[in-house]
Amino acid sequence: MPRKQIHLAAHFPGVNNTTVWSDPKAGSHVEFSSFAHFAQTAERAKFDFLFLAEGLRLREQAGEIYDLDVVGRPDTFTILTALAAVTERLGLTGTINSTFNEPYEVARQFASLDHLSDGRAAWNVVTSWDAFTGENFRRGGFLPQDERYSRAKEFLTTASELFDSWHGDEIVADQASGTFLRDAQAGAFVHQGQHFDISGQFNVPRSPQGRPVIFQAGDSDEGREFAASSADAIFSRYSTLKEGRAFYTDVKGRLARHGRTSDQLLILPAATFVLGESDAEAAELAREVRRQQVSGATAIKHLEFVWNRDLSGYDPDGPLPEIDPDLGEHTIARGRAQVRMYRDPLATAREWRERAAANKWSIRDLVIETGNRQSFVGSPATVAETINDFVQADAADGFILVPHITPGGLDVFADTVVPLLQERGVYRTEYEGTTLRDHLGLSEPTAVEAGTRRAAS
Amino acid sequence: MSSSSLLPSSNSALHLAVALDGAGWHPAAWREQVSRPRELFTARYWTDLVQEAERGLLDFVTIEDGLGPQSAHFTEPDARTDQVRGRLDAVLIAARVAPLTRHIGLVPTVVATHTEPFHISKAIATLDYVSSGRAGLRVQVSARRNEAAHFGRRTFPALRIEDLDSPEAKELTGDLFDEASDYVEAVRRLWDSWEDDAEIRDVATGRFIDRDKLHYINFEGRRFSVKGPSITPRPPQGQPVVSALAHRSVPFQLVARSTDIGYVTPHDADQARAIVDEIRTAQAAAGRSDEPVHVFGDLVVFLDDDPAAAATRRERLDGLAGYTYAGDARIFTGTPVQLADLLQELQQSGLTGFRLRPAVVGHDLPAITQGLVPELQRRGAFRSAYEADTLRGLLGLARPANRYATATA
Repeated sequence: MPRKQIHLAAHFPGVNNTTVWSDPKAGSHVEFSSFAHFAQTAERAKFDFLFLAEGLRLREQAGEIYDLDVVGRPDTFTILTALAAVTERLGLTGTINSTFNEPYEVARQFASLDHLSDGRAAWNVVTSWDAFTGENFRRGGFLPQDERYSRAKEFLTTASELFDSWHGDEIVADQASGTFLRDAQAGAFVHQGQHFDISGQFNVPRSPQGRPVIFQAGDSDEGREFAASSADAIFSRYSTLKEGRAFYTDVKGRLARHGRTSDQLLILPAATFVLGESDAEAAELAREVRRQQVSGATAIKHLEFVWNRDLSGYDPDGPLPEIDPDLGEHTIARGRAQVRMYRDPLATAREWRERAAANKWSIRDLVIETGNRQSFVGSPATVAETINDFVQADAADGFILVPHITPGGLDVFADTVVPLLQERGVYRTEYEGTTLRDHLGLSEPTAVEAGTRRAAS
Repeated sequence: MSSSSLLPSSNSALHLAVALDGAGWHPAAWREQVSRPRELFTARYWTDLVQEAERGLLDFVTIEDGLGPQSAHFTEPDARTDQVRGRLDAVLIAARVAPLTRHIGLVPTVVATHTEPFHISKAIATLDYVSSGRAGLRVQVSARRNEAAHFGRRTFPALRIEDLDSPEAKELTGDLFDEASDYVEAVRRLWDSWEDDAEIRDVATGRFIDRDKLHYINFEGRRFSVKGPSITPRPPQGQPVVSALAHRSVPFQLVARSTDIGYVTPHDADQARAIVDEIRTAQAAAGRSDEPVHVFGDLVVFLDDDPAAAATRRERLDGLAGYTYAGDARIFTGTPVQLADLLQELQQSGLTGFRLRPAVVGHDLPAITQGLVPELQRRGAFRSAYEADTLRGLLGLARPANRYATATA
């Protein structure tokens, strides 16, 4: 049986405490030269794509802008399109939320990015909904949380109708006869639904990929179902073998219900890594990186996510608070998804106190040990083997690597691990195609399919 | 009032921009042999155009845009198949070209009526980063009912160009331009919402930023409010260059209150003088007398070494279009020498620069860069090398202080 080919992508390090900004090697996270270096490294390593996250309001804690992590990032569409000028094959994946945008504009931007990159655009659809973020936008916090997937789904459907409103053969541009368009109705669409009631003509011709590749990142039951129905790839955060296999089995198992096959949805967990000459050296380096990622101040702030209280009076090198978490509305940290990971704060606090007491951990030790553990730590040979084992065991189809240093943190992976994967025959040595769909092994949506969709709507 | 006191740079040198739109401004431009109508949606096409403009040392290019198909009709869509229809997002075209150019300013069109000031603020700030300080924007409003229907959030009354002075039309345009003014204000505050030195990377305290140097903008307008701060740090120019096209008093107010450059469409020197006076008066009334605001004259140009050739070309294209093309701006046909004469004459009326709209991009853009520019240089009226690294620098505009830093200093 042929061995599965590994997919690799890279996430530009951003606004969370994974990114070590205090290291002398850490450069700008905003200057274009940083993005260009990162993208060109990813392309040199034949990665499928570069991935950008999004933020639409700066995080706050206890009513003040959070100041301990990297803050600030460029606009997703603009930076990805600029990167298309300094790369040739690398896929360009942007996170764009479906709440504080409108389908016509987002579809134009993705179709434009796809044209301007010759078919390398991908969209990670996310579902921000909160009123906190809404304060930066025209409609404010208009969307109830329980409608966010319904809007996201309809947003994606509507955008697809816009992408498919051109079939690809409309532009004749015959200078002699004076026929520019075959059909005056090119781009015509009508969408009437719960969230969108729009009609008219889309004004970007069909792009090289037809539509951007669609990624999704939700982990709830609703999020998994959304991905199984509509996405080409799903991000997950399960980077242990056991959890990864469970997630993989669950999500791939949902595809048949939507008339899809298992190769139509790639599962790509986010993964961090620390490489050393030897496994021992890498382990030591990983411990140092974790200390850099979790300063005393950061540890206190992370504890506040669970406690939902001001804990600034506590000593990060001392024991955990005796006081229990505040179970009221979460007010301490705003603009942060991690907060929702702790669904039972009392149980989490109890478990953490017990673990800290048993191991004689301080607050900072506890935060270091419970979070921020790098996914892959070892020599290049060890990391290459581990990644390959995960993929061959169907715990993932590949990984989205998140280096902890901007922008040079990917270089060592490209230089040391990638050649080993290539030697094993589980990773490409050259791009086989030109578009992101080619890299991911996804077929292109055809004009016929598009026509059916339009006729059926 | 003397307009020259409002100007930052020597008044013998004029500023020159080109307005890029598809195959050119004449609706039949795409049918000329020199045009590349099948490439209008490619990066190479736009890169070639902007690089040609840069070879001509032009201050900047603008890139037209719209949230619906182009139309020969003033407010409604048409159903023509004999003209270019479809266009890519202008901000993204500018971003795609930015890394492949070094000096020329990039000024995409943004539609204030249907987009989010928060998104546009960070997009233009990012364009400023990827171009190392060469970004601007041209703010535009849209009263088109079909474009509103693409968003499904607002409806507008049906208007004809001859109804522009009706009370209904005046109310609508007043409302749209007020919103555009709010939009620019929100965008500008967002650019200032980070002080230049907000990023401190203070290892001793573990703080990446000094949060006291980030500011909520708390913009409250009739159509929207924006809390801030931006997620994108203050761009290299501090404030990228804001511009708007203006034909009448209401948009002149927007230029006077909100922009760094207004594009106007005088058909002769007297009109130019009257428009400049109106804008300068409005500028003073808005309390901006001491701030430089450029007023650029817009002209559609057919340029040939033989004046008869330019006139013949225009006639031929009108014939292909099936009607006499006449837009808002004066149409010039003639030689680069004649155009240089006209520009210098109009400049005497107080215009500080010109935005030329090539009738046929493939023909008239190189005629500008290779014909008009050398002619102006011979007269000492145009630069012979780029003298600044940023668009503000080329336009003689200082890098503005941050409004919030001043307020809290």
